Amino acid sequence: MKTEVDNILETYKGAKRDSLIPILQKLQENEGFLSKESVEKVSKYINVPTSKIYGVATFYNQFKFSPPGKYHIQVCRGTACHVLGSATVLSEIENALKIKTEQTTTDGLFSIEVVACIGACGLAPVISVNGEFHAQVTAESIHEILNTYREKEAKDEK
Amino acid sequence: MSYTIEINNKKVEAEQGETILEVLNRNSVKVPTLCHMKDMLPSGACRMCVVEVEGRKNLVPSCSEPVTDKMSITTHSQRVINSRKTIIELLLADHPDDCLYCERNNNCELQSLSNEHHVRNRRIVGKKQEYKLDVASTSIVRDPAKCILCGRCVRVCEEIEAVSAIEFVGRGNKTIIGTAFNEGLNMSKCVNCGQCINVCPTGALREKCHFTEIEANLQDPTKTVVVQHAPSISVSIAEEFGLDSGTDIKGVLNTALRKIGFNVVFDTSFSADLTIIEEVAELIDRVTTGGKLPMFTSCCPGWVKYAEGFQQDFIPNLSTCKSPQQMMGAVIKSYFAETEKIEQKDLYSVAVMPCTAKKFEQQEKTMMQNGISDVDAILTTRELAKLIRFHGIDLKNLEPEMADSPLGMHSSAGKIFGTSGGVMEAAIRTAYYRLTGKELTQYRIEDVRGCEGRKETKIEINGTTFGFAVVSGLKNAEILLDEIKNGRSDLHFIEVMACPGGCINGGGQPINQNIDAIQKRMKALYDIDDADTIKASHRNHMVSQLYKNYLGEPLGEKSHHLLHRTYQIR
Repeated sequence: MKTEVDNILETYKGAKRDSLIPILQKLQENEGFLSKESVEKVSKYINVPTSKIYGVATFYNQFKFSPPGKYHIQVCRGTACHVLGSATVLSEIENALKIKTEQTTTDGLFSIEVVACIGACGLAPVISVNGEFHAQVTAESIHEILNTYREKEAKDEK
Repeated sequence: MSYTIEINNKKVEAEQGETILEVLNRNSVKVPTLCHMKDMLPSGACRMCVVEVEGRKNLVPSCSEPVTDKMSITTHSQRVINSRKTIIELLLADHPDDCLYCERNNNCELQSLSNEHHVRNRRIVGKKQEYKLDVASTSIVRDPAKCILCGRCVRVCEEIEAVSAIEFVGRGNKTIIGTAFNEGLNMSKCVNCGQCINVCPTGALREKCHFTEIEANLQDPTKTVVVQHAPSISVSIAEEFGLDSGTDIKGVLNTALRKIGFNVVFDTSFSADLTIIEEVAELIDRVTTGGKLPMFTSCCPGWVKYAEGFQQDFIPNLSTCKSPQQMMGAVIKSYFAETEKIEQKDLYSVAVMPCTAKKFEQQEKTMMQNGISDVDAILTTRELAKLIRFHGIDLKNLEPEMADSPLGMHSSAGKIFGTSGGVMEAAIRTAYYRLTGKELTQYRIEDVRGCEGRKETKIEINGTTFGFAVVSGLKNAEILLDEIKNGRSDLHFIEVMACPGGCINGGGQPINQNIDAIQKRMKALYDIDDADTIKASHRNHMVSQLYKNYLGEPLGEKSHHLLHRTYQIR
């Protein structure tokens, strides 16, 4: 059976190894991450070993290898946010969710990513949850923010 | 075009296109290297080989810089030495402190370089990363904590073996050498050849050790412990004890093995002869009945796993013969056990091999009879050397002894299995006899000898021209297989060895980057062949007797059951 990955690969007919990064970007856009299965398919398609693809993909921050949580939290660690305490914010989020950066909670609800600067220095320290910005976050306010998403999720389930 | 250049104020000749390093080496000026690999394109990554070039602001890596006319080079100025020393100190910043009990203690390039550069304290202390030890493979242990990221393993895996099981993963100070998705090596396409171990400058790569289990069985008085040693062991292990490369110590090896406590010592060259009898019968059968051709040898477990993993279309072309190690194992556990009246549970069978892939082959399902492995444990050449030292045996003061009967006798055709081209030469000698009833007048088949990655010959037998090819290094196999896929059809029989040069350069051999050593090991095997009076496998009367007393006919029912195998797609 043809999968979505096959369909994407078909749009790159005759592609060689120099198309690797665009293909990976397209796949991640579709799946949210790079699964082992899709990397293996790319490997066959452009005749590049899986180890090489993994090597290239891990070189860049943009590629993920586990599915992101329903609510993907980006924590800004840029200069302005750093000066205003983003390190504490990050460790508080990690503690609250009991996961590390680049990981996803076991219920699939949250995942954390560290980003360099999301261009909202005036709001520092800032986090973004699925693109929704939260300004002047503190170690205390972070729990409220997480709770609003948990509540939202509980409501959705009902 | 010829250049005159100056090295440390001395004029020397150089050719256009040479690198500075090549000229330095030719003139016996030693500069240290880490990432450099002979006969491969330079990567210029480690900067250990930097030199000063007059008129150049920055230090120049000599491995990748071509010489130019009137170039003036300084190889050991204070600036150069400081730069090299700093590189070593930076590599040591994150390196474990366990040299005392490291596998590669006294045989480690990083240790030697630190010593040569008089590094006597840890000037730079780096943050220790946490690394996972990978022990999942049957053959190879990866210890990323000891890795200095020189990249030699990655290159040998890709450029020599066409496997690419490992690659640089991650970025910056988090970079490691890893597999796809950081899984265990057992999950990767690794063929277990162990060439990565041979090029590793430190203890980051080593073989999976069966040492403890073997020792336990040696100490157990109820066990009959049988050992077999592969053809290439006797011409390589001497190097571990400071003797010249290519010294043949076959007789002494038998004595040493008995002194360690092995009850019975057999010679894998015997089962190499046995392999030839079966393999030639299979080849003639394929040629006469229109079977799948060209036929490929199946002695090398690295090649077999490569075929199963990368070249599945060619699986029907693989000979169904087990490797000599497994044939010997099967005969020990059946014929030998029955004639000596030893129960299976009291029999423990060890093989000394130049190879790490043999540790994979040994545990494969197709290598078992009724759930019992043909061979129980494998020692590499390096591990046997350790075992010899462990038992306090002075190799230099031992009287040579013969291997045990009946599985200890061999023809020199079985012995040359240890080198690339050897299986082919042995097969041609017997195939010629089988097809014509006459012996070859010239037993040497020079076309298939030597260190080249590919060797070919054509021989006319009974009016038919047979094409034979020999490749070593799986990259060379890949190239030849591509030719066959594209319609090449003049070949009948192809020998493939995963390691360049064959088993004499196996992944379990003494670690020696020197190509001369490999050539000397090869010469030693051919010298044995010249001196031997029995030069063909079909002339090994002990093999004939084994057929008469036990196996019946080549490709017969018993042989099929004991000496042949199946393949799987991986």
